[in-house]
Amino acid sequence: MYVAVKGGEKAISAAHAWLDETRRGDTALPELTVAQIEQQMSLAVDRVMAEGSCHDRFLAALAIKQAKGDLIEAAFLLRAYRTTLPRFGASLPLETNRMRLRRRISATYKDLPGGQVLGPTFDYTHRLLDFALAAEGREASAAPEAPTDAPDVPRVTEILVREGLMQREALGEAEPGDLTREPLSFPAPRPLRLQNLARGDEGFLLALGYSTQRGYGNAHPFVGEIRVGHIGVEIAPAELGFAINIGDIGITECQMVNQFKGSRTEPAQFTRGYGLVFGHGERRAMSMALVDRGLRSRELGEEADAPAQQEEFVLYHSDNIEATGFVEHLKLPHYVDFQSELENLRTIRRAAEAELREAAE
Amino acid sequence: MTQPDTPSPKSARQKWMAVLARASAQELADGLAALPALPEAEMLRAPETGLVMVRGRAGGDGDAFNLGEMTVTRCAMRLGAHIGHAYIAGRDHAKARLAALLDAALQDTARHDAVMQTIVEPLATAQQEARAVEARKAAATRVDFFTMATMR
Repeated sequence: MYVAVKGGEKAISAAHAWLDETRRGDTALPELTVAQIEQQMSLAVDRVMAEGSCHDRFLAALAIKQAKGDLIEAAFLLRAYRTTLPRFGASLPLETNRMRLRRRISATYKDLPGGQVLGPTFDYTHRLLDFALAAEGREASAAPEAPTDAPDVPRVTEILVREGLMQREALGEAEPGDLTREPLSFPAPRPLRLQNLARGDEGFLLALGYSTQRGYGNAHPFVGEIRVGHIGVEIAPAELGFAINIGDIGITECQMVNQFKGSRTEPAQFTRGYGLVFGHGERRAMSMALVDRGLRSRELGEEADAPAQQEEFVLYHSDNIEATGFVEHLKLPHYVDFQSELENLRTIRRAAEAELREAAE
Repeated sequence: MTQPDTPSPKSARQKWMAVLARASAQELADGLAALPALPEAEMLRAPETGLVMVRGRAGGDGDAFNLGEMTVTRCAMRLGAHIGHAYIAGRDHAKARLAALLDAALQDTARHDAVMQTIVEPLATAQQEARAVEARKAAATRVDFFTMATMR
């Protein structure tokens, strides 16, 4: 039986008022400002911009405040906001060899042009809780400076390409597909896969990337290069007829170098997995690069039976906004669905009991 | 670490637009206040915030792909015979209006030099210095391997 129900408005309104109160927490403490979140929770902001697929530090920080620090909820808020804005166009592709570097490391060459630049990193910290941070009002130490000779910083992949040991990337003029405009179809070309991964859930990408290292996908990756820094974004508006720089964004890039046994047409060589993300997100860029390489298995003629190589599985489950929507919708009223399940089960039971009685008679 | 992050060579207008895009609304307003008042400008396109899809390249140098969007605000102003445009990252309408107005003033040969000297050049210097500081901090974290010294 179908019964239309209404109600709950008062309860919902009270629940949201309580949410508001708990968001604020103890009013004896000062309220967090959006600017504080933007400055002091900068990696959370970066993650929300990446998964929300919208670069705007203030909006991401506001979303984090509104979501009480739930980063998936914050990314959801950012995605919802972006749907209210018109699209002016697309940028020229970022030429990441021109980015201003804060950090640049390679795990494949110790002594490479441009050197190993550590930048502001958690690496080599002891992961001991620093109780000095609990004492507020402490001055942060100033970062030391050293003279810079503006060295040339070539890509590690370019070094391998020049030696003939790595495939050069395909370079076409085709307009890349856009997930936000057309639904995914399979097989998905690499640009679409990269767009999907760039906004994918960090935990999902991390777990899949990890699985390829542990044997589900036969990957033997090396970090050719990680670059963290800023780059100017350029667009070419029709009314101007030339490209203009609209401002800087932070990005992280990872070039993962993988072995490739060769095929009938290709000699044995290195291939790359690529990761590029908004903000400072090395774990995310590395995971993306591992999964990108996994998803290239089929086009490279390799076996593709591991989870990270299954294009449909990976691309359909990477998006945490879609995933959380479908998982969390289970909380919403399913009274009618469940009523029919109950009816169903009772009917089956009655039939089985009737059969038993007949058999006994 | 201080390589140009956009292709060169650039026209003078491209350069000043890049400087204006990276400045804050406050910096532009302060600069404008230090100049002789500009005549009434006509708003051709009121500040509007939208999105630009940022593109990357597969492998860093291959096929373009859509990385994700960013917020951008645009504005167009007419000052006399000149039309100034602004496309700036973010959602600051006041800054877009000021940048468009200054772009128009900079195209006017009678005003160009004063605007360059009072606003654009000091901002460009400050922006360059901020980058140089960042580059020097990065340089301080460059690893010197002991074995490298003997290998060279």
